[in-house]
Amino acid sequence: MASVTFSPDDRYNAFITTLSGAETGPGRLSGIPVAVKDNISTRGIPTTCASRILTGYIPPYDAHVVTLLKREGAAIVGKTNMDEFGMGTTTENSAFGPTLNPADPTRVPGGSSGGSAAAVASGMVRMALGTDTGGSIRCPAAFCGIVGLKPTYGRVSRYGLIAYANSLEQIGPMARNVEDVSLLMEVLTIHDPRDSTTIACPYRHTPDPTIRGLKIGVPEEFFGEGVDPRVASVVWEAITRLEAQGAEIVTCRMPSMAFALAAYYVTCTSEASSNLARFDGVRYGPQADTRRTWHESFQEQRREGFGTEVRRRIMLGTFALSSGYYGKYYAKAQAARQQVRNDFLRLFRTVDVIAGPTMPTVAFRLGEKTDPLSMYLSDVLTVPANLAGVPAISVPCGTSEGLPVGLQVMGQWFRDENVIDVAAACEQGVSS
Amino acid sequence: MSATPVTQPANTGMAIDDEVIVGLEIHCQLDTKTKLFCGCSTDYRDDPANTHVCPICLGLPGSLPRVNRKAVEYALRVGKALNCGIAPEAEFARKNYFYPDLDKGFQITQYDKPIAVKGYLDIEGDDGEKRVRITRVHMEEDPGRLVHKGAADRPKYTLVDYNRAGIPLIEIVTEPDLRSPKEARRFLNKLRATLEYLGVFDSEKEGSLRVDANISIQPKGWFEREGKGKADRGRVEIKNISSYKGVEKALTFEITRQKNLIRRGQKLESATRHFVETRGVTTSSRSKEMEQDYRYFPEPDLRPLRVCDWAMEIVLPELPDARRARFMEQYGCSPIHARTLTGELKLAEFYEKVADIDTALAATWIADTLLGELNYRDMSITLVPPEQFRELLVLLREGSVTDKSGVEVLRVLLDQLKETGRCEGARACVDRLGLRIIVATPTLTGEDPVMEAAKEALAEQPQAVADYRAGRKEALNFLVGQVMKKTRGCAKPGDVNKVLADLLEEG
Amino acid sequence: MIEEKDVEHIAMLADIGITKEELSEFTGKFNEILDYFDILDQVEETGASEQELANIFREDEIVPSLPRDEVLANTRDAEDGFFRAPRVM
Repeated sequence: MASVTFSPDDRYNAFITTLSGAETGPGRLSGIPVAVKDNISTRGIPTTCASRILTGYIPPYDAHVVTLLKREGAAIVGKTNMDEFGMGTTTENSAFGPTLNPADPTRVPGGSSGGSAAAVASGMVRMALGTDTGGSIRCPAAFCGIVGLKPTYGRVSRYGLIAYANSLEQIGPMARNVEDVSLLMEVLTIHDPRDSTTIACPYRHTPDPTIRGLKIGVPEEFFGEGVDPRVASVVWEAITRLEAQGAEIVTCRMPSMAFALAAYYVTCTSEASSNLARFDGVRYGPQADTRRTWHESFQEQRREGFGTEVRRRIMLGTFALSSGYYGKYYAKAQAARQQVRNDFLRLFRTVDVIAGPTMPTVAFRLGEKTDPLSMYLSDVLTVPANLAGVPAISVPCGTSEGLPVGLQVMGQWFRDENVIDVAAACEQGVSS
Repeated sequence: MSATPVTQPANTGMAIDDEVIVGLEIHCQLDTKTKLFCGCSTDYRDDPANTHVCPICLGLPGSLPRVNRKAVEYALRVGKALNCGIAPEAEFARKNYFYPDLDKGFQITQYDKPIAVKGYLDIEGDDGEKRVRITRVHMEEDPGRLVHKGAADRPKYTLVDYNRAGIPLIEIVTEPDLRSPKEARRFLNKLRATLEYLGVFDSEKEGSLRVDANISIQPKGWFEREGKGKADRGRVEIKNISSYKGVEKALTFEITRQKNLIRRGQKLESATRHFVETRGVTTSSRSKEMEQDYRYFPEPDLRPLRVCDWAMEIVLPELPDARRARFMEQYGCSPIHARTLTGELKLAEFYEKVADIDTALAATWIADTLLGELNYRDMSITLVPPEQFRELLVLLREGSVTDKSGVEVLRVLLDQLKETGRCEGARACVDRLGLRIIVATPTLTGEDPVMEAAKEALAEQPQAVADYRAGRKEALNFLVGQVMKKTRGCAKPGDVNKVLADLLEEG
Repeated sequence: MIEEKDVEHIAMLADIGITKEELSEFTGKFNEILDYFDILDQVEETGASEQELANIFREDEIVPSLPRDEVLANTRDAEDGFFRAPRVM
């Protein structure tokens, strides 16, 4: 078996682990260096979720997507940096230090798949796997100026993805162009019965930028309060180009946007509070201190092992599920989530895809966002797709202040092909 | 076991108008080949720690559960057999608590959408046939096993084996309809029989059934008036009783303890207590968490179950009540024999394997003799080869051995089985021990062994002979006993009587 | 409005060992975040739409378990094939 030499100048701190002699074999991805976000299990390779609590953990098995990459001959050259357990929008919440944005190293790359985005944007790898719970593929794709797709929920197996919020997240492809994203998507969608939330719906598609007659819905809320007008205008220009390419633009409304973000944060923190309970230092990770009692040791593990934001989200989720508050938070969030789904259902009766900005602003300066709530608010445009489970892509559509801006395109359930095509059209529009 | 002597609750302290209110929660391992959410084998009992585990049941990061179809089918069988309604939509949920026996920091169970609800099981209660209502049946995974190391009062650390983690369990919850420890035991026996008849449960596997019991003592009729949840006296939950007999013992102990408190005018606090099997007592236990808030929510990695249609297709096997009726009808068993014989699946099957020899003889010998001998030796019916028992029944039916000798042979064979797992043939045993019946041929001259023995006895007991001749006819019984002793019980009492009478007449 | 004692209670439920310094910081941030979450009070309960996907099963067929050296590979603290954990009482 051949191997791929990989000794990058990782000046952006994109990687947590690099592998100098990654194996490659025959297949559609033969010889292509691929980076994998470090919350995706790789047999024999440390998998940290950028957390101290997984120090020393080496998975004894491969995630399904990793098996698929290997099957197609890809060379897995490294594990990328991220916000701890995916909890962040900047890749600053990492036990391994922040990743820098190759488009401007004084800026964040976005998150939580910031390492994957930086590795792709800087040209260290041709493609990468990210994961997207509330925008974690699309945000860094937009900030770094690359393409990132969050597939339809249930299209890519999560087996081996270390869970942050199971009902929201998907693994997805990131690359510099739509074609590579599409190619990687073909590899990732081979069905895996080990993930009971998936269905067999393989993606076999060549991006087709012809969008004549396609109806694109543009919700007013995506250009509302909090969206930087300069970003908004870049995105509107891109949408206008799509119109020039033959698409029909339909402005519409998405009232559930009012509470989508709250519903998202209640849901993801609730699930996280449960998912992150297994790190007790008994089976893996830093060893529990057996001189103390169970609860003393467990608290010590969680105090030492998790960063502040992770601890905050565990506490928020614990509160949202606790007796007396479940109805006010968790149950209401599920009702809100249903209304988001209903909004998409209603809109998709008249339009084929929905478009808007991926992020309300360009990439933040490193250290700029310190307040958790204002950080959360920057996810407002990406979370609806996760709440509803629809596919959503971010594709570069221009720049503002010299920084990349992403166009977000959301499609109908299991029609990831549509958003790929619109992204391809946008790509064509930008380059021409 | 049906033949176990029943311990009555001690009759002290309880006011005449008080009654015992008992509800049970029974955890029972389903006898599937693989675990509930992964393909690891459930056959772990003889194997070293952590040899039946995989990323899923070890709770390794990134692993996902997958529901075992067979476990759901078994749960549906149980739900149907307990006359429950099957939920149009059932759902797995996470029960969050932190304990080292949980590989994931939560247990996957069912919470507000259990697979089956609102059923009943009819049992033989203290006052005749009784219907015990089933609140719900739900599915969940067994946690791992902990071994506490260090001194008993202050363990230094804990060892964890996840072989048991993920074994499918069903939890069956009853309404508080039971009124005595005896009823609780009868309910459990009936439930166990039902589960075994369904082919979903193997009671012989260690730890395959665990019971939590809720018990309170309330003024008579209070429960019917006030209902559950408004106890004016405290309610105690006894956790983790791991044997059938343990349930009755634990409840009996707890009743005495509570009655003593009531008699002394002390207030009963609602509490959780642990049953200490070896000492037969319950002890106050600190609960696992200071505050129980399990923060249940739907398991996002699993899809709901919509299994009503499937449940309708499931055809249940013959259950204990039906088999009991059939035994009475088909074999002419008495109601008591029929109940005993059908009280355990293996016993009922054993009976049906030997009943053709003589239905009544087989019923008597199994229900009245064999069962007691098995219990005495703490043996299972499955250890007894039906062929040997058939042979014994044949010997009994044809009159080749007396009942007394039959019991002796049975004991010898059971001892051999217990010792070596094998036994000699019943006929061979009879011959080896010389237990074949001695048939008297009452000619006064022949070499008849009964005649010989009778003559000897008369010669040795002149006083008894004299008494008999003086008109004290009961002296004959004494002489019969002497002859039986000399023939080692192999003579028929009728023969002995006749021979003695003839000899005495003639002398 | 939640207070420090509420946050302490949550930390107890979460068994997360909160420090004194964190307590006031978390309490402040929590109130901002929970205020924002209050928008959910306006959401009307709708019947959840039926999930299309149901009854996903695997067959009851044995799959080989992990070799024990791999099971224990991620702990330094195994004893006789068991994992070692702190005492629970």
